Amino acid sequence: MSKPLITVRDLSIGYGDTTLLRNASFDVPRGDIFIILGGSGCGKSTLLRHLIGLETPLAGEIRIAGIGAPRLEGAAPRFGVMFQSGALFSSMTVGENVAFAVQEWTHLPPEAVSAIVRAKLALVGLEGSEDKLPAALSGGMRKRAAIARAMAFEPNLIFLDEPSAGLDPVSAVELDELILALNRNLGLTVVMVTHELESIFKVGKHCIMLDRDTRTIIAQGEPQKLRSETDDPRVRRFFNRETSIPQWQ
Amino acid sequence: MQFVTSLKLLDTRAIELMGLWARMNDSELIDRPSMVFDERLSVVVGMLQRFSWERVEAGDASVRVELGGRITIDDAAALWKRISETLTHVEGVRQLELSLEQIQMIDGACMALLVQFRTDLRTRSVACEFSGGSAEVRRIVELYGGRSKTRQKRPVRPPVNAIEQIGSATLGVVGEINQILDFLGRLVASTLHVLRHPKSLNLRDVGRTMERAGADAAPIVLLINFLMGFVMAYQSAAQLKQFGANIYVVDLVGVSMTRELGPLMMAIIICGRSGAAFAAELGTMKVSEEVDALRTLGFLPLPYLVIPRMLGLILVAPILVLMADAIGILGGALVASISLDITSTSFLIQLQSAVKASDIVSGVIKGVVFCATIALISCQQGLATSGGAEGVGRRTTSAVVSILFALIVLDALFTVLLALFGL
Repeated sequence: MSKPLITVRDLSIGYGDTTLLRNASFDVPRGDIFIILGGSGCGKSTLLRHLIGLETPLAGEIRIAGIGAPRLEGAAPRFGVMFQSGALFSSMTVGENVAFAVQEWTHLPPEAVSAIVRAKLALVGLEGSEDKLPAALSGGMRKRAAIARAMAFEPNLIFLDEPSAGLDPVSAVELDELILALNRNLGLTVVMVTHELESIFKVGKHCIMLDRDTRTIIAQGEPQKLRSETDDPRVRRFFNRETSIPQWQ
Repeated sequence: MQFVTSLKLLDTRAIELMGLWARMNDSELIDRPSMVFDERLSVVVGMLQRFSWERVEAGDASVRVELGGRITIDDAAALWKRISETLTHVEGVRQLELSLEQIQMIDGACMALLVQFRTDLRTRSVACEFSGGSAEVRRIVELYGGRSKTRQKRPVRPPVNAIEQIGSATLGVVGEINQILDFLGRLVASTLHVLRHPKSLNLRDVGRTMERAGADAAPIVLLINFLMGFVMAYQSAAQLKQFGANIYVVDLVGVSMTRELGPLMMAIIICGRSGAAFAAELGTMKVSEEVDALRTLGFLPLPYLVIPRMLGLILVAPILVLMADAIGILGGALVASISLDITSTSFLIQLQSAVKASDIVSGVIKGVVFCATIALISCQQGLATSGGAEGVGRRTTSAVVSILFALIVLDALFTVLLALFGL
C-alpha cells in the first residue's frame, strides 16, 4: 500500500476551553473518498477546518503528503475546498469565482482562463452559467459551482463540507455521481463531511465516526463493513437510523 | 375598555361573545352584584367553548376531570382558563384523573396544555394520569406526553456577582485590544508585502472603493459642507454686525472650514456611508465563509480586502476635503454678499490674507488620517464578526461608534499638535 495522502496523529481540536476531539489518529489513502461521520455538534466541520489549515490544533499533527502541515499563507492553492454554503463570492459572477485563483496564480491570457472556466463549469454540469451571479443560482447549482471553483487549480485533493445537505434527492444523487466521477476519472482524493446515509454507502470508501460524548473516533473503516459488523450500539444506531421519537402504526 | 381588551383573548369569536354578553345582562347571573369582571368573563368563556370540562369529586381526596368535545387551538384560551382554575383548587386533593374518554378531537397545542397541567399537578404532589380516549387521542398523548425519557436538567449557573462581572468585562476589553493589536501587526506586515510585490495589490477593489466611497459621496459632502459654511456665516453675521466687523466673516468661515469643519464633516459622512458599508460587507463575507474560501484559494484577507479599501479611501480623502473647503467657503460668501454687503471681490481679497496654505494642507492631512482610521476600524470590526446576521449588525454599530469616537479624539490631538508646532 502506498503512503497515505493525509496522516493525522494524536490530534486534539477545540475552541478555547472546549475540546471537541481528543487524540484522534487516522490516515487518508491516496485516491480515497474519505467520509467524516457523526451526529450534529460532534465537531465534524471543525475537524475539516483543521485539516484545511483554517484552525490551529490544540495538540497533535496533521500532515498532507507534499505539503506538510496545512497552512494558508498566500500561496497557490494545493487543494480545493467546498464550504457548506458554497461560499461563492457574492459580488462576482460564477465565471469570475471559478477564474479567481487561476487568474491570480497563473500567467494565462484572459481567453485561456475563460476556456478553463468553461471546461470546469461543464464538468459540474453548469455550462452557460458563467455570467450569472451566485444569488441567481439554486442551492444545488451553487454547491456545484463551488466544486468547480475548488477544482479550478487542478488539485489532487478536495475537501467537501456537507455537499448534499439541503438538496433535493435528484440533485443529491447527481452530486454523488459527480464526486464518484471525479474520483474515478481524475484519481482525485476526496475528504468529505456528510450525514446522508445514501451518500455514505454510495460514494464512501473509508470513513471515521466521531462521537460527541466521548470526544473520540468511535469507528473507522469501510462504511458497508461497519454497518454489518459493528458491535458498537452508537454506530449501529447511526447506520440503522434508530431514533428516540415514538413510533406507531 | 377592559372588556374590549379582554375580547382580544377570544379573538375570532368576539362578535359571538358580544351577543352572549348582551344575553347575560338579562339573565339572573348578572343580578349578582358581587360578580367581578373576571368571573363574568369566565361564565361567558364557559358558554362559548365547544368542549366540556367537568370536575367530579370521586371520593376521598380524589378528583376526576372529564374532558369532552372538540378541543382545538381556538379553544386554547378557554382551556387554559379552566386549567388555571382547577390548579387553584387542588388543596387536599391527592389524586386527579383526567379522563379523555369523551374527546372527539384534540390538537397538539391543547394537548401540550394538558401535559403542562399534569406536570404542574405533579409538582404539587398530586398524582395525575390521563385515562381513556380514542386511538387517535392516545396518539396525540403519546406524541406530546408519552415520552418517559426525562430531560437531563442543566446545571443551574450560579449568579455572577458584581466583581466577577467587572472582571469578565475587563478580560473582554483586553481580548478586544489584543485582537486590534494583532490586526495592526498583520496589517503592517501585509503593507510591507504589498510594497515589495506591488502586483499583488487588488487594484479592482481600490478603484471600486474610490468610486463608491469617493465619487458617490461627493454630492452629499458638497451639500452638507455648503450648508455648514452658510449656517456658520449666518450665525456670526449678527454678532459681527454689532461691532462693524463684517469683513471678518471671511476669516471665520475660511479658517474654520479649511482647518476644522471641512475634513471633520467629510469624515463623518464617510464614516456613516463607507465605514458602515465596509464593516457590514466584510462581516457578511466572514459569516458566510467567503473569507475562509478566499484563504483556501491562496489569498490573504488583509492584502486582498483591507489594504485596497484603505488605499481607496486615502486617495479620495484630499479631493473630498478640498471640495468640502471650497463649497463651505462658497456658502459663507453667499451669506456675506446677501446679509453683510460684502462683494465677491472684497471677499476674495480678504480670503487670500486670511487663509494660509498651511491651513489647507493641515486640513488635507487631517482628512487623510481620518479616512485611514475609518478604513482601519471598519475593516477590523468587519473581519472580527462572528455569529450570523446579529453579529454583523453588532459589529457595524460598534464600527460606526468607534470611528466617531476616534475621529473626535484624533481631531483634539491634531489641534494640540498643530498648536505646538505653531501651525
